[in-house]
Amino acid sequence: MSIGRRDFLKAGAIATTATALAPGINLIELAAARSPEQAASAVNRWGLLIDVNKCAKGCTACVDACRKENGISDEGSPTTDAQWIRKVTTKDKATGYEQAFPVMCQHCEHPPCVDVCPTGASFKRKDGIVLVDKHICIGCRYCMMACPYKARSFIHEEITDQSHNAPRGKGTVESCTLCVHKIDRGDGSTACADACVDENHKAIIFGDLKDPRSEISRQLKAQPSSQIRADLNLNTGVRYRGLS
Amino acid sequence: MKAIHYSVIPGNSFGYILLLGILGALTTVGMGAAYYMEHNGHIVTGMNNQIVWGIPHVFAVFLIVAASGALNVASIASVFGRSLYKPLARLSALLAIALLAGGLAVLVLDLGRPDRLIVAMTYYNFRSIFAWNIYLYTGFFVVVGVYLWMMFERRMNQFTKIAGFSAFIWRLTLTTGTGSIFGFLVARQAYDAALMAPMFIIMSFAFGLAMFLLVLIPTYAWTHRDLGDVVLERLRKLLGIFVASVLYFVLVYHLTNLYITEHHGVERFILLDGGVYTQVFWIGQMLIGGLIPLLLCLTPLGRPRPMILLASTLIVIGGIAQIYVIIVGGQAYPIEIFPGKEVTSSFFDGFTTIYQPSIPEILLGLSGIGITLLITTFAIKVLPFLPNSLADKDVDPDFTGQVDATSVSPTESAAV
Ligand code: SF4
Ligand code: SF4
Ligand code: SF4
Repeated sequence: MSIGRRDFLKAGAIATTATALAPGINLIELAAARSPEQAASAVNRWGLLIDVNKCAKGCTACVDACRKENGISDEGSPTTDAQWIRKVTTKDKATGYEQAFPVMCQHCEHPPCVDVCPTGASFKRKDGIVLVDKHICIGCRYCMMACPYKARSFIHEEITDQSHNAPRGKGTVESCTLCVHKIDRGDGSTACADACVDENHKAIIFGDLKDPRSEISRQLKAQPSSQIRADLNLNTGVRYRGLS
Repeated sequence: MKAIHYSVIPGNSFGYILLLGILGALTTVGMGAAYYMEHNGHIVTGMNNQIVWGIPHVFAVFLIVAASGALNVASIASVFGRSLYKPLARLSALLAIALLAGGLAVLVLDLGRPDRLIVAMTYYNFRSIFAWNIYLYTGFFVVVGVYLWMMFERRMNQFTKIAGFSAFIWRLTLTTGTGSIFGFLVARQAYDAALMAPMFIIMSFAFGLAMFLLVLIPTYAWTHRDLGDVVLERLRKLLGIFVASVLYFVLVYHLTNLYITEHHGVERFILLDGGVYTQVFWIGQMLIGGLIPLLLCLTPLGRPRPMILLASTLIVIGGIAQIYVIIVGGQAYPIEIFPGKEVTSSFFDGFTTIYQPSIPEILLGLSGIGITLLITTFAIKVLPFLPNSLADKDVDPDFTGQVDATSVSPTESAAV
C-alpha cells in the first residue's frame, strides 16, 4: 500500500483518547508514540514560531529542505511551479527597512480555504493542520483565491519523481502540510525547522501551541510575537517574532 | 388581447444547416481544447499560480450571469403581468437554460479534474458558496424547465404565473450566489465589497437582454416572421435603462472603494496604471460596453435594427470586458499580505502578473457561446418556442386592426 492512500480523514475516534489523557503526560512524547494509522487529536495544535531576526539573509535552507522532503520538483516554469514555502523580502515604504523570512501555509484556525472549498477537500485536522485531500480535490482553485497568504499552488502538469512523503497530482491544489507525515510518525519537527537548526540559525521552532510546557509555547509567552494579517482574525498556527 | 400562436421553425434550409454546422464546430473545437488542457494540465494555458482563474472563468461567469438576465423578459410577462412581453416568455426561458448550460460546461471543463464532476456532486461542504451554487444552478434548470412546461401545456397555463414567480426568485438568488463567489474573498482587495452581489444582478439584466435581442432579431429575420417595432422599441429602451444602471453601479462601486483607504492601491491599479487592465476597463467596459450602447439605446440613433444588434453586441463585448477586469484584473493586482511594505519573493509576491491567455483556453471559453446557441437553434426546431408573429398588430394590446384569434397552427397542436 502506498502512503498516497493514507486517509487523512480518519480523525474521528481520536478525540476520545484525548479526553482520557492522564495529567502530566508530555504531549510531545504522546505524539511520538502515535502510529500513522492514528489520526490527529484536538489536544494538540501544531504550529511554528519564526524568528525574523534570526533568519539569515540569502539563506534558503528551509526552502530547499522542504522541496527535498516533499518532492517539490522544479519543472522549469517559475510561474506555475509549486512553492510550499518561500523567502519573502519586505521593505518598509516609509523607512526602507528590509526584512527577509520564510512564509508558508499559516495553518489558520479559521481557514478561508476550508470555508470556500466546495467538496470539503480542503480540511483542517483536529490538531490544527490544514491539508488538501488529493482524492476529492476537483481543482477548482477557489481555495487559492481565498487564501490571504498566497500559500497554495496548483499542479499544472504531470509530476514524475514524487516523494512518498507527499502524494501530489496534476490538476489538484497543494500547500505546506506542516510535514504531517513527520508529525504522525512522531519526529516532533518539520523539515524546514530541522534544516534551520542544521544551519545553526534556529529561526524556526516547531511545537504544540496547546502544551504550555512546549518550547514554542514558552517562547511565545516570554516575548512578543505576531501573526501576518492579524486583522483578518484567522488565528494562524504560524507565528512570527520580530516582524516589523 | 388575442391568442398567441407558436410554431416550430422548419429548420430545413441550407442556412439553418450551415448555422448548426458552425455552432457544432465551435462546440467541438472547444471540447477538443478542453481535452487538450485536461491531458497536458493547465500548463498549456496562460493561467498560473498567480492568475488561477482565467479566460474560461470569464466566459463561464458571463454566460451564467446572462442566463439569469435572459429570463427577465419572461419575468416581466409572468410576474409583472405585462402582456406585451408574454409572447417572448418561452424564448426567454429557453435562452436562460441554454446560457446556463453553456456557462456551466465551460466552468466544469476548466476544473483541474473535470473527471471528478461526480465528486463535486456528491461531496458537499455546506459552508462553501460554491457548493450552494451547485444547487442553485441545478435548481435553475428544474425551475425554469417547469415554468416552460406550464407555458407549453395549455392545461397548466393557469400555473404560469406562480411558476414564473418561482423562477424569478430563483434566478435573483442564483445571481446573488454567483456575485457572492467574489464577495467572500475578503483577502483580495478588489473583491472586498458588499456591492458585488447587487452589481451582478444589474449586470445580468443588461447582458441577458443583449443576448436575447441578439437571438431574437436574426431568428425572426431568417425565418421570415414578423417582428414589429413596438416590441423592439420597448426592449431597446429597457436595455438602455439596464446599461445606465450598470454604469451607475460601477460608479458607486469605485467611489466607495476610493473612500476606503486600503483600497486605494487596487483602485489606482484598475483606473489609472494597471496597463492592459486599465485599458480593458476604460475602453472595453466603459466605452464599448457602456457609453456607446447607452447612446444607441436611448437616442433615435439606435432605432434601426442593425443598430440594436450593434448595441447588443457591444454590451456583450463590454460585459466580457467587465468580468475580465473583475476576475483577472482582481488577481493581477498583488494580494496585500504585508500592507505598507514593498514585497518581493520567488513566488511573485508584490508583483503584478501579466496574463496571456492561450488559444485552447480562449476556444474553450468561446465554445460556451457555441453550446448556448446550438441548444437554442436546435430547440426552436423541435418545440414551438417562437410566436408566429410579433407584428405590432399581434402584440400591441392597443392595436385596433383586424384579428383572427381562432386559428391554431398545426405545429403547435402537434407539440402540445
Ligand atoms: S494560510 Fe491559506 S492555505 Fe493555509 S490554512 Fe490559511 S487560508 Fe488555508
Ligand atoms: S481546488 Fe481543491 S482544495 Fe481547493 S477549493 Fe477546489 S476542491 Fe477544494
Ligand atoms: S513544515 Fe514541512 S511542508 Fe511546511 S514548509 Fe516546512 S518543510 Fe515544507
